Amino acid sequence: MSTPTPKAVIMDEASVSRAMTRIAHEILERNEGCENLAIVGIVTRGDLLAKQLVDRIKEIEGVDIPLGSLDISFYRDDFLTHFSPEVHATHIPFDVDGKRIVLVDDILYTGRTIRCALDAIMDLGRPSRIELAVLVDRGHRELPICPDFVGKNVPSSHEENVRLYLKEVDGRTAVEIFDVAPGAHVGSAPLGGE
Amino acid sequence: MALLLKNAHIVDPSVNLDGVADVAIEGDRITAVGENLAVEGAEVIDLSGKYLVPGLVDMHVHLRDPGYEHKGDIVSETRAAAKGGMTGVCSMPNTDPVTDNGVAVEYVKSVAAAKGHCRVYPSGAITKGLKGEIISEMGDMVAHGCVAFTDDGRGIQGAGMLRRAMDYGKMFGKVFMSHCQDEDLVGEGQINEGAVSTRLGLLGWPAEGEELQIQRDIMIARLTGAKLHIQHISTARGLEMVRAAKAEGLPVTCEATPHHLFLTEDAIDETYNTSLKVNPPLRTAADAEALREGVADGTVDAIVTDHAPHADWEKSREFELAPFGMIGIEGSLALVLTNLVKTGKITYQRMVELMSIAPRRILGVEEVKIEAGSLADITVFDPEIRWTIGEDGFESRAHNCGFTGTEVCGRATDVFVGGKATLRDGVVC
Amino acid sequence: MAFNHKHLIDIREYSDTDLMTILETAKAFSQVNERAIKKVPTLKGKTIVNMFNEPSTRTRSSFELAEKRLSADSLNFGGSSTSTVKGESLIDTVMTLNSYKIDMVVIRDKHAGAPYIVTQHSPVSVIDAGDGKHGHPTQALLDLYSIWERKHTFEGLKVGIVGDISHSRVCGSLIPALKIMGAEVTIIAPGTLIPPAPEVLGVDHVSYSLDDALPELDVVYMLRIQRERLEGAPFPSLREYHELYGLTRKREHLMKPDAIVCHPGPINRGVEFDSYMADHPERSVILDQVYAGICVRMAALYLLLGGADNGLAS
Repeated sequence: MSTPTPKAVIMDEASVSRAMTRIAHEILERNEGCENLAIVGIVTRGDLLAKQLVDRIKEIEGVDIPLGSLDISFYRDDFLTHFSPEVHATHIPFDVDGKRIVLVDDILYTGRTIRCALDAIMDLGRPSRIELAVLVDRGHRELPICPDFVGKNVPSSHEENVRLYLKEVDGRTAVEIFDVAPGAHVGSAPLGGE
Repeated sequence: MALLLKNAHIVDPSVNLDGVADVAIEGDRITAVGENLAVEGAEVIDLSGKYLVPGLVDMHVHLRDPGYEHKGDIVSETRAAAKGGMTGVCSMPNTDPVTDNGVAVEYVKSVAAAKGHCRVYPSGAITKGLKGEIISEMGDMVAHGCVAFTDDGRGIQGAGMLRRAMDYGKMFGKVFMSHCQDEDLVGEGQINEGAVSTRLGLLGWPAEGEELQIQRDIMIARLTGAKLHIQHISTARGLEMVRAAKAEGLPVTCEATPHHLFLTEDAIDETYNTSLKVNPPLRTAADAEALREGVADGTVDAIVTDHAPHADWEKSREFELAPFGMIGIEGSLALVLTNLVKTGKITYQRMVELMSIAPRRILGVEEVKIEAGSLADITVFDPEIRWTIGEDGFESRAHNCGFTGTEVCGRATDVFVGGKATLRDGVVC
Repeated sequence: MAFNHKHLIDIREYSDTDLMTILETAKAFSQVNERAIKKVPTLKGKTIVNMFNEPSTRTRSSFELAEKRLSADSLNFGGSSTSTVKGESLIDTVMTLNSYKIDMVVIRDKHAGAPYIVTQHSPVSVIDAGDGKHGHPTQALLDLYSIWERKHTFEGLKVGIVGDISHSRVCGSLIPALKIMGAEVTIIAPGTLIPPAPEVLGVDHVSYSLDDALPELDVVYMLRIQRERLEGAPFPSLREYHELYGLTRKREHLMKPDAIVCHPGPINRGVEFDSYMADHPERSVILDQVYAGICVRMAALYLLLGGADNGLAS
């Protein structure tokens, strides 16, 4: 399958980079530094954004923040309809107890992914606080979930899909908006193209 | 009332008949055979395009009566026999109670005479209760009409036991029919030992478990002079032993079943079809090929079915728990026609020898010839009817047929037993 | 990546990719099993029946734990009170279970082919937890997992299986699975314990001598000798068996330095092993196998329930 043609490019590489830098600053500001802070990204691509945030914070504060990645396959409430046998490893190389965790995802939409991620983190221990950072908030929440840090708000409709492409896995960095057929699965671009 | 069967192609090698002619019947006898016969007042049946042969006999059939009527009984299984074109069957004695005395033989005979749809020639057990320990009352059984002795379903384990039985029973002139199975070697064997048993994790039933007893029984027949008939022979080497015994001039015959001739162990797969669980088991393709060769060259004397009805619920279970045996009497003629006659492997004459002449000769029952004066036991079949085994169900009470779904060509249309129709236009009567 | 299996019965129906998917998924579940909270909600609301028609403690416990850690509801059906003992046929029992509106049957039965019968009378996924002398696919998977963890590849790996091959359901699945993955299999046993046609399972070499075979092997897989089944004994005594086929300290010098030792359990010390080899800190992976059992069973439950329903949903 070839990559579908986007109707618009919402963010280019430079604007993604600026947004990530801003979010890094906001995180440090909100948490008054980086004590007890840890960043956890949701696979796939949230984990790569999380890595960018850790790098930015290192540049700003000179401190290495613990970084983790979370696969929510086992927590999905729609696993029987959107089953993928591909399970990516969850990798949280630190104790989450008492940590201030910033959960990172690329696109925030219904909020169901975040709910799964919260369950998954809670099963690992008891953080003192969890905050949510997303690159794009496209609205249409189905659960009472609200991001703490947002790169860009993108009003969209249900007949649209918003996708992030990242240089590390896709060869280019951009946020694009597509038309989708009604009822089609809306989600991240598969790794390594479609 | 007189019957006049017209225009059938008659095949009877015993009187050198192979051509179209008419057959007149009065009472239970054939009164005339010839061209353009006319009999005043006779019911005329036109059999143009059909074959007429001396009535077929299946000399290895389990009627299950008395004791296992849930599987089948004398009425249901003789109906199946008539449907398959048989005018007679030899019943096996593994009933409950075992047919090992005169009263039991009398029961089978009298029920068959009263309600059966073909002749029943009862065999009696060699040993009491089929236990392989004490000789059964052979004299009493013969007095009541027993035609042969067999412990079918089990081999007699002791060579001395078999020798005593043969030495004693030979005075009656009846044949000893051997089910060959060395129990110590076969154990709980389920299917032929080899590739399939390994793949399916089923205990093997080695060919040698049968061949050991074939060889032994031939030796005991030589020692005692009794007549020996090897039942449902299934292996190439076993057949070779029979061939050698015949060459030596010993009174040894053998039979083969359609399932050992036309099916192999390879039919048994991960679906564990219990209809294919038979004893002796389906063997290799090479064994089946050797048996077909034996049928053609005369080493195999008779084709039988070992018709073994079981209730559906008995077969619908784990392979290792299901009983051995398949039904076959309704498909036997069609399978032989399709796989042996139509392929040119054997002639119609040879088929008549295998399914009609030899069984009567081995059992020592009244012979039937298509000539005046002979008993009017007659099978008529249409060699061109195409049908699928099991498609229209079975006359048998049971359904455990390993050939279900097989397309065949040729089917009995009319059967007369002692001049009386038991099958007319394919319908049992 | 597609995984389109509904049942886990005949491992020959699985490709090397399918088997690797199971192992990779098991690896992901391994992380869950290392946590303080060893449970994920994946199979919440799914009902799984563990139908154990012959005694089994380990396999059943392992399935039960796997099901519980995936939040499935499991029902243990069997043991001494089985309805089959009371005369009910397997088919009738299965039809009864259907009425409970279940989602999967895990079946252990002493008769070969029983899992296939279940598939013919129930619409649900079926896992063979050991059927007669036929197969035991989840055992094969856990063995693959344990070997993979230590050897990281199967290609060209030389695996020797020692003991009662002919009555082993483990071999019925393990040998084909090893072949699918590219390993080379030698069986080592006296003639009484060698199946009639080992080549149909995929066996490459047959040896009567452990001493001859041992120097070549990367993996030595010891099968359990069923002490209770020594009627019509296939060998004269446990002592002699241990002399000829026991993996002992005496034989260690014949082994490759990095050869590992597996056993499906429960082990008989003094028969298949001496304690030195059974407990060998570098070589013995026996306890790793037990742990792997939970991980691969979680993976199998996850993939089969997801895979089967996935096909219907799309």
